[in-house]
Amino acid sequence: MRNIKKILILGSGALKIGEAGEFDYSGSQAIKALREEGIRTVLVNPNIATIQTSKFLADTVYFLPINKFFVEKIIEKEKPNGILLSFGGQTALNCGLELNRSGVLKKYNVEVLGTQISGIKLTEDRHKFAEHLRKINIPVPPSCTATTIKQTLQSAEKIGYPIMVRSSFALGGQGSGIAKDEEELKKIAQTAFSFVKQILVEKYLYHYKEIEYEIVRDKDDNCIAVCNMENMDPLGIHTGESIVIAPSQTLNNFEYHALRDAAIKIVRSLNIIGECNVQYALNPYPQTPKSSDGGQTQPNGEIEYYVIEVNARLSRSSALASKATGYPLAYVAAKLALGKNLTEIKNKVTQITSACFEPALDYVVVKIPRWDINKFKKADEKIGSSMKSVGEVMGIGRRFEESYQKAIRMLDLEIEGATSEFIYNKNKTLKDYLKIPTPKRMFAISQALREKITVEEIYKLTGIDPWFLNRIKYIVDEESSIPKDIKKITKEKLLLLKKIGVSDKRIGELAKTTGLEIRKLRKKLKIIPSVFQIDTLAGEFPAKTNYLYLTYNGQHNDVKPQKKSGVIVLGSGPYRIGSSVEFDWTCVNTAINLRRYNKKSIIVNCNPETVSTDYDISDRLYFEELTFERIADIYDFENPYGVIISVGGQTPNNRAFSLKSYGANILGTDPSNIEIAEDRSKFSKLLDDIDVIQPPWDKFTTEQGALNFVEKVGFPVLIRPSFVLSGTLMRVCYTKEELLNFIKEATLISKEYPITISKFIVYAKEIEFDAVALKGEIKASVISDHVENAGVHSGDATIVLPPQRIYLETQRKIEQIAQKLASALSISGPFNIQYLAKNNEVQVIEINLRASRTLPFISKVTGVDFAALCVDAFFGKNNPALDLKINDFVAVKVAQFSFARLTGADPLLHVEMSSTGEVACFGEDLEEAFLKGELAVGGKIPEKGIFISLGGDENKIRFLDNAKDLAKLNLPIFATEKTAEFLKRNKIKAKVLYKIHEHKPPTLLDYLQKGKIDLAINLVDSHIKKDIDDDYAIRRAAVDNNVPLFTNFRKAELFIRAITRKKISELLIKSWDDYVGNN
Amino acid sequence: MTGKLILKDGSIFNGNSFGFEESAAGEVVFSTGMVGYPESFTDPSYQGQILILTYPLIGNYGVSDKKYWESNGLKISGLIVSNYIDTPSHFQSKGSLSDWLKSEKIPALEISDTRLLTEKIRNKGTMLGKIILKNNIAFYDPAKDNLLEKVSIKKVETLGIGNKTILMLDCGAKANIQRCILKRNVKLIIVPYNFDPFKNKINFDGILISNGPGDPKTAIQTIKIIKKSIERKIPTFGICLGNQILALATGGDTQKLKFGHRSQNQPCILEGTKRCFITTQNHGFEVNKIPPGFKPWFTNVNDKSNEGIMHKKLPFMSVQFHPEAAAGPVDTEWIFDEFIKRL
Repeated sequence: MRNIKKILILGSGALKIGEAGEFDYSGSQAIKALREEGIRTVLVNPNIATIQTSKFLADTVYFLPINKFFVEKIIEKEKPNGILLSFGGQTALNCGLELNRSGVLKKYNVEVLGTQISGIKLTEDRHKFAEHLRKINIPVPPSCTATTIKQTLQSAEKIGYPIMVRSSFALGGQGSGIAKDEEELKKIAQTAFSFVKQILVEKYLYHYKEIEYEIVRDKDDNCIAVCNMENMDPLGIHTGESIVIAPSQTLNNFEYHALRDAAIKIVRSLNIIGECNVQYALNPYPQTPKSSDGGQTQPNGEIEYYVIEVNARLSRSSALASKATGYPLAYVAAKLALGKNLTEIKNKVTQITSACFEPALDYVVVKIPRWDINKFKKADEKIGSSMKSVGEVMGIGRRFEESYQKAIRMLDLEIEGATSEFIYNKNKTLKDYLKIPTPKRMFAISQALREKITVEEIYKLTGIDPWFLNRIKYIVDEESSIPKDIKKITKEKLLLLKKIGVSDKRIGELAKTTGLEIRKLRKKLKIIPSVFQIDTLAGEFPAKTNYLYLTYNGQHNDVKPQKKSGVIVLGSGPYRIGSSVEFDWTCVNTAINLRRYNKKSIIVNCNPETVSTDYDISDRLYFEELTFERIADIYDFENPYGVIISVGGQTPNNRAFSLKSYGANILGTDPSNIEIAEDRSKFSKLLDDIDVIQPPWDKFTTEQGALNFVEKVGFPVLIRPSFVLSGTLMRVCYTKEELLNFIKEATLISKEYPITISKFIVYAKEIEFDAVALKGEIKASVISDHVENAGVHSGDATIVLPPQRIYLETQRKIEQIAQKLASALSISGPFNIQYLAKNNEVQVIEINLRASRTLPFISKVTGVDFAALCVDAFFGKNNPALDLKINDFVAVKVAQFSFARLTGADPLLHVEMSSTGEVACFGEDLEEAFLKGELAVGGKIPEKGIFISLGGDENKIRFLDNAKDLAKLNLPIFATEKTAEFLKRNKIKAKVLYKIHEHKPPTLLDYLQKGKIDLAINLVDSHIKKDIDDDYAIRRAAVDNNVPLFTNFRKAELFIRAITRKKISELLIKSWDDYVGNN
Repeated sequence: MTGKLILKDGSIFNGNSFGFEESAAGEVVFSTGMVGYPESFTDPSYQGQILILTYPLIGNYGVSDKKYWESNGLKISGLIVSNYIDTPSHFQSKGSLSDWLKSEKIPALEISDTRLLTEKIRNKGTMLGKIILKNNIAFYDPAKDNLLEKVSIKKVETLGIGNKTILMLDCGAKANIQRCILKRNVKLIIVPYNFDPFKNKINFDGILISNGPGDPKTAIQTIKIIKKSIERKIPTFGICLGNQILALATGGDTQKLKFGHRSQNQPCILEGTKRCFITTQNHGFEVNKIPPGFKPWFTNVNDKSNEGIMHKKLPFMSVQFHPEAAAGPVDTEWIFDEFIKRL
């Protein structure tokens, strides 16, 4: 091995659609692999919620943007010998290519470890790559590259419609799409060209199978295929959007190995050192391919395939493959990057065999994406060749039906399985739902089967292989014969239903009883799941693995219970809007801290993107559902000391009461007090009792009651259901009409919960209070404030620590109220309170008796591990109360939005959360920290032109000083007609751009598309309805053209202050330790 | 219909029958390969064995045309899988696995916990067993039988054309060995396992000893023939059982493995290099003493067992794994070239 002492690792930044938690997993494993070799690691990743940016992993962490400017400065300061580019997704790869192109790596003598730049560059240029593959006799789909719209259309003419558009250098296929005709193609190409210079126009391979291979290669040319996967959805649906099964199910030996062999050939030709993903289109009914376009005829002419994508780095699929097989791909890839031979690395799972092998599975995994498209106003729910999903889950079982139904429940959408009755939009037919892929298609399939539509017909409509459809049909058929009386259910029938993954609750529903009754019957009949290990070798060698799953297709357990030495920690489930990597951080740190109490950690989680599901984080990992049924099964088997439900976000928190009723020992705050906090009526009564003010509110089951209340308190009002997760269905209403409409929609969706209406207070500050208490006594707390006024969801808000605009008096009131609540609810463990402050008056919005989203942020900014404090509280350790003061810097948490991905979604921030991730950066003052943060989420300092659109007089007057500041930047200012008039009246020069619907040149759209604008500010008055659609068009156009957009006055104001007062060159390059110190 | 798998140690497993409804007995082994069940089931090395597949879903792509098989029919004595799939989906499928098993009179059971069976065999070693469907039958030890007689061809067959000729002693050869040789433009003469080519004056350039079932030490006649070819310094190449026969013919020794290697993911390092190959294996015996004059050619990275031998000077070589794959990775097909080069 070379003499490398210090390595720079680039992370992937904030979680976004197409680039999410999988890179926390890969970076964390890489860091571990390097540390074992005694190498110092320097990590650049502004994503403060990640596990990789923890003290126990990277030696030095920079919470700074991952781009050439900042990374060059870090290289200059840190002088690393080597750099790893393959562990931080496309973000890291793009940054690495830029560092290389600009000569930075050469200048500072930084060696690229693992796959070399030349290989990476080849895979990133579609045209050159296609040429390359043709040269080595690997078929690629007939295609042409295009750099203009005209060229695109000409190429399409040549190839023939339908056409698939793919854009190079894009995350998760952004700017890709399928066009049936010229019109559609024009639209897709337009969007694509605003992100990239070159696109690929290729033949759309209709209803081909999509197959992937994960290949590992070392410097000595040893190659292994760690995993292959088959997409249940046919080609045309991005693999990140597909239901994926591993290993492949419908490939025979010849196909499996022909594709494996081709993948190895490709990997060799690119001189990959590390990991590489190869994606294929495989014709289910092969024809003799044309040889003219690179297609080759196989010896027996019985396979027709094309390579559609190669990722010369760790990817979403490799994270999945890693969890599917138990093979630590990222860890191994990092070792190989250092120059190790595959045979020198041990199989981490068995501890006795070599890492140079191909895992044999004796189970099957099914991955299903988690979408939250319906959380976005106006977003199109159709899924296709670019990613829209925000997370994923993986079900493990020994039958397809078992894994598939587990995965569906893991989505945490309160859907019991594959056959859940499906509510569809009345103006769409069932066949529409089958034909047009959406998140609902899974359920349309079982509905269609119930309606006796044949497998063959469903195949024609969906392109989903009959193999899968027949498995789903099996579930439908078996369910249809469940007796409607629990007494008539035989042992054989019940066992079979459990083997095919039907939940107790679902059986209960169909047998006209409850899930708990079925559970009782099941236990009486001794139908209980087996605990199986994932050992990478299908039982061939005895394995020391702690990686477990439950199955009914077994009759023995591979492990013995931990009993009272074990503590179950419930993870967060799939990443989604409102619950993501921050909860994994808390979960992981809680598990680690259990060691201090001599307890074995037993993590339950089902999300393959997480670090908590890594092989060496917990003493025992159940890759399992977070449903009551499954947790209770694990609890029954392990018989542990207790279970922790308050560190994995809302999902485990929701299980508190059912687990408590089941007799589980819940560590931390008593679930009956959690219920008080979650039930608005009970909580409100508590607030009244302890004399704490809250905005006036009430609960209503009738419209009239609601109207009477609103008349009393006046508009605007905030409406929401009683059980809230990231603001689902929350809405601020300004008029009676709006209110009535909303009530109609909301009650239709969630009838078991009444509607809650509270007075919405405008221009109020929103404040976060995070703390850990022991038996009602606060042991440590942190106050942070939002830049935006109340009305922007706290997950979307810009959060500042230490708080910048809170009076001492307000702070005192906040702390007093918190202590009162902690005592009243006898809190032991983490909790979070959201406050409103206006005119020196403090009101409580809500309390959560669990770790909040901000916990990793406050832990890393204060240098105090709040997860450790939580564990102390769970075990009753009486720590002295901490006084946490931050004096010499400011940290700002900035949300990452992925609106560009979500076709049609309105980017306007509101009470419902819409961000997909976050970063946090440090600075000497608010402006510096915020500017770094904004740059880290894709913001830019404007250099070309600024567009301003101010709705209503109030916004215009409020914004005037900011406009004057912007004018000092000497950049062209563009504005809508009225705004331009207003600016001119105030001596600010502005060129009028007409709105999109005005159809009058020059239009905003034109200027956006031509790249003449690189900052857009669109402030609207929520009350004013008349212009709303037009403003939506403005916002959407900005997002679609990748132009930074500000829609919130206070955030825009802060940004303008930052860019007018700070120069990028003045931003300090300081590590986390430089700010927080090494403790 | 339900049936039982009864193991020699007395353990009993119940399962649903999906094959021929008659009892059968044999040696119980497991394989961890995830694809290629038609190839495996027709592999003559499985003669006399009841096969457990650890991959739980079997039957997915049905049964292809005979021309893709490894021999003319099913060679396993019985089959155990966790979940039989009766709705195959593949353009090459001519019928379901169940129908095939029935037509060739092979019983098969669906026993959910194949992992328990695997762990049992791993811990206690390969053992005898029987699938009981209608009538109870006695255990059957294939080691006591002349298995080669059952799987070898009965008369000499000549295939292909080429400047060079390989004579293959068929101890139960997989069809893909033949395909691998013919595609390299070499003439192939296939002879029975006990056919002495030196008595019969056949012209050829090299000898290939095929794979096959059972204990190599029972292949006395084949060993004798190889001793002759070695004396004549004829280029000799052995695969699997052929590897063991070559070792025994040249003064080496073999022994039974506890539970064998039956999988498609065995890493074998090419001695003297840093190159490791992923191989397909199906054997219950190993070469535990390298014959004098030979050196190890390949070694298993996991259990360090010998995976191939090569003579230090003369063109004698053999591998324990299957360079012809089928089922499994095709990474070591180059070994045929290595042999052909030496003819």
